[in-house]
Amino acid sequence: MKQSWKMLAQSTRMLARDWRAGELRVLAMALTIAVAAITSVAFFADRVGQGLARDAHQLLGADLVMVADQPWPREVAAQIERAGVQRAEAINFISMASAKESSLSGVKGVSENYPLRGRLRITKAPGAPDAPAERGPAPGTVWLEERLVTALDAPVGSRVKLGRAEFEVAAVITLEPERSASFFNIAPRLLMNIADVPATALIQTGSRVWYYLYAAGPPERIKSLEKSIKLGRGQRIDTLETGRPEIRQAVDRAQRFLGLTALLAAILAGVAVALGARRFVERHLDGCAVMRCLGATQPQLLRLYAVEFLVLGLAACAAGCAVGFVAQEAIAATVAEVIRAELPPPRLLPAVQGFLVGLVLLLGFALPPLVQLKNVPAVRVLRRESGAPKGGTIAAYAAGLISLSALLVWQAGDLQLGLTVVGGFAAAVAVFFVAAWGLLRLLTHRKIVALLRNSMLRYGLANLRRHARGNAVQIASLALGLTAVLLLTFTRNELVEAWRRSAPPDAPNRFLIGVQPEQLEPLQAFLAAHKVAVPDLYPMVRGRLVAVNGAPVSEADYSEERAKRLVEREFNLSYMSELPGHNQIVAGAWFSSTEKALSVEQGIANRLGWKLGDELTFAVGSERFSARITSLRKLRWDSMKVNFFVVAAPAVLEGFPVSFISAFRLEAEAQPVVTELAERFPNITLIDAAAAVRQAQGVIDQLINAVQFVFLFALAAGLLVLYSALVATEDERRREAAVMRVYGASRAQVTGTQRAEFLAMGAAAGLLATLGAAAIGQVLARRVFELDLPPSAALWIAGPLAGLALLSLNAWLSSRKVLRASPALTLRDSV
Amino acid sequence: MKSGANDLVILREIELAVTRGEAVAVVGASGSGKSTLLAILAGLDTPSTGSVELDGQDLFAMDEDQRARLRAMSVGFVFQSFQLLPALTALENVMLPLELANDDVADAKAKEVLERVGLGERLHHYPKHLSGGEQQRVALARAFVVRPKLLLADEPTGSLDADSGAEVIRLLFEMNREYGTTLVMVTHDESLAARCGRVVRLAAGRIVA
Repeated sequence: MKQSWKMLAQSTRMLARDWRAGELRVLAMALTIAVAAITSVAFFADRVGQGLARDAHQLLGADLVMVADQPWPREVAAQIERAGVQRAEAINFISMASAKESSLSGVKGVSENYPLRGRLRITKAPGAPDAPAERGPAPGTVWLEERLVTALDAPVGSRVKLGRAEFEVAAVITLEPERSASFFNIAPRLLMNIADVPATALIQTGSRVWYYLYAAGPPERIKSLEKSIKLGRGQRIDTLETGRPEIRQAVDRAQRFLGLTALLAAILAGVAVALGARRFVERHLDGCAVMRCLGATQPQLLRLYAVEFLVLGLAACAAGCAVGFVAQEAIAATVAEVIRAELPPPRLLPAVQGFLVGLVLLLGFALPPLVQLKNVPAVRVLRRESGAPKGGTIAAYAAGLISLSALLVWQAGDLQLGLTVVGGFAAAVAVFFVAAWGLLRLLTHRKIVALLRNSMLRYGLANLRRHARGNAVQIASLALGLTAVLLLTFTRNELVEAWRRSAPPDAPNRFLIGVQPEQLEPLQAFLAAHKVAVPDLYPMVRGRLVAVNGAPVSEADYSEERAKRLVEREFNLSYMSELPGHNQIVAGAWFSSTEKALSVEQGIANRLGWKLGDELTFAVGSERFSARITSLRKLRWDSMKVNFFVVAAPAVLEGFPVSFISAFRLEAEAQPVVTELAERFPNITLIDAAAAVRQAQGVIDQLINAVQFVFLFALAAGLLVLYSALVATEDERRREAAVMRVYGASRAQVTGTQRAEFLAMGAAAGLLATLGAAAIGQVLARRVFELDLPPSAALWIAGPLAGLALLSLNAWLSSRKVLRASPALTLRDSV
Repeated sequence: MKSGANDLVILREIELAVTRGEAVAVVGASGSGKSTLLAILAGLDTPSTGSVELDGQDLFAMDEDQRARLRAMSVGFVFQSFQLLPALTALENVMLPLELANDDVADAKAKEVLERVGLGERLHHYPKHLSGGEQQRVALARAFVVRPKLLLADEPTGSLDADSGAEVIRLLFEMNREYGTTLVMVTHDESLAARCGRVVRLAAGRIVA
């Protein structure tokens, strides 16, 4: 026991000395960064997970929530009654509301017993103390979310117009349980009594309305009820997992970004640990030989160093956990507005994960080179050329890599993501090494070198060739670090941009929705009177895809998330005889008005596997129609015009219930027009698309900001790898330069030679890193984030330049160091 | 002692007995096998045939770790290139062998020996901040701090100027006497060799005188 304490004390002393000498800083920083990255994400995810579990039922507002895009059949309501559980109802839609001002609002008409789980909280004025509400709004009254009170300028007691009806504002909503999980609340809430909805006359042909049924009761009854309900198309049961796909998707993406970045940071840190440990070992070979000479046994040396590293590892892990904890606080604070729920404090498990990752990194990547230290022959003190025996280390690294991968996949909780990152990384390392080696051989081919006039260039390239393998390792490491940095700067920005663009594909300025046929003329007259350019109004019929070439279709037929969503939703179908100017036929031919024909957008056709000549069958209400695809169109989604995935010939759709839709430009100062429009045509919804997009982007930006924190970790890890790769050969270069100077090389010759070497390496590393970042970016965009990523010119310029600049800087710094040291001293130190 | 694929014989038919307290100089031209002889005496290298006994114990009947333990207790080294650990201060370098042997009073013992070699003021200096002569005196202190029975010195003045070398040698012989250590010293320097009780000459791996 006493012996162990003494050994621990000795190891700690060695640790303190090596720390003081700066030998361990890169290692410790790498570990700290890895653990911080992993734990910040894990702590945060843990808190969100706990929060969701805690609030599960309140978030849903019931034990079971059923949603449909058509009114629920009476039979289902009766089924709930029969099951002997409580039932509540709600209708959700978006509409204009107006008081002194007008604003889009997310209307929810609820039965008075809503919500069945959790409580609404209301107050009399914004900012005043709130209290739980006993029941929903009484008939004739509405409750407004604070944002809406401001937007409408409608305090409690004033009156609000909604469609054809008018209501008294009775309360300000401070907490709506079901909404606290809502990450996208573009339109502020207006809560009303469900019995008042018909009086507004807002639900008409073409309105997008969601019908909710809530049930709450003893778990076994809820379970059997859930089993007994047969869902039709457009109907679903919401749980926290399945509910709100758009929210889930945004959060999923954010978590993937977070998880991915943390993984990247951890693996990069692994490389930095490996490089740092190698350098540590190289610098300690002599010391170990001396210690063996002074009587240290092999097991003793191994124990001493293992304990030294373990103590260092534990300290770095603890520091990493602390940094991770602070970072997750910052992440949580950033997204507080998005999550809008009190998060419980994190538990201990993420810290345990962090320690595990840190220790596996250390054991996997530092132990293999460290083991070599014990094998240093003591006779090295007399004959320096007796180095450390090598061999078996690749297997040792492989074991470390595999255990780390397993740990990271477990930690990420996402097999695909984990394997993509780890696999991609391993492949990149191998490819980089082979490519760097090949490139070096090519660049330093004797014939090429012989062509060079400049002796420094020749000597520099010859030097590269002599150490081809070591330099290839260095170039590969540099390329790796640089890839990470490029990936995290350029590619990340592009991914984020692509993500933004993907949020709403059709993002014009204003949309008019739900114009009824008899309103066409009065509306056009109204707009003309207000000097607004009268827009095209397109007929729109909502229909659900039921069959392709006679075979029934369901979302289960598609694996891709976006394809599933497209099939699940109702399509907005239109008909027209002329091809709109912003559409372009890319295959087939535009139909004549009397044909039974469809024209579809080429992107959706690719995604859903439709071809020219396929017959699509849609259901509109209880009726069906079929038609063949006769042309594919290309659209410009950013054209600020109304676009349709599927357009039919007029003969196909005329006679179905129709509403009209339009998009037009309205300048910001035209607010009075909006208010008047809302009054004259209360059923028409006017969406300020730009504002909606801004709001959605605000939410996405918050999530992105949260991700930035973790990006910083990965970036730091990437820079550490760069640094470690650069210092790895510093000692050797210094010795070589000293020898050159002893033999009469001028300072200019020494620096020129090194510069030639470094520039060649920088160009190679920059090129490889650019290729790597571009390839990984594409894979990530397509496989993981389901986005299209256009190739980036900026990356191709910046990548190679970064490589050159970095190595030039290094060449300059390193030659200063080399020249400042006296050759005699350098050589004596290295004897 | 053989080395390499072509059976290059480095040392042959060496028979050498050194008695307790004796000082022996090993001289010879470069490549005569001096350093190899020293390495074998220390148990750092193993001969292809033959044996070495230290204090009645057969070195090569032991495994490497047993030899290391024996070195820890009985053998001190001084090298031409000092072999101080650059990350350690003078004091820490001297404490190192004691620490490896789990000595509780390493600190006090090391200070005492460093004062003995005249470096009491430079305890906390790093090797790179010491002159060559000072570094070799630290190495001397490190060798003597464990009170070795045998001190092996490999060209101890080889890297030093004349004045520093003379100072190191003066200390080496003084301490050798004080501690009653047996000394085997490899050197080129005939005058230095002459100060030892016995001179062994090596040529082409054999003892010639």
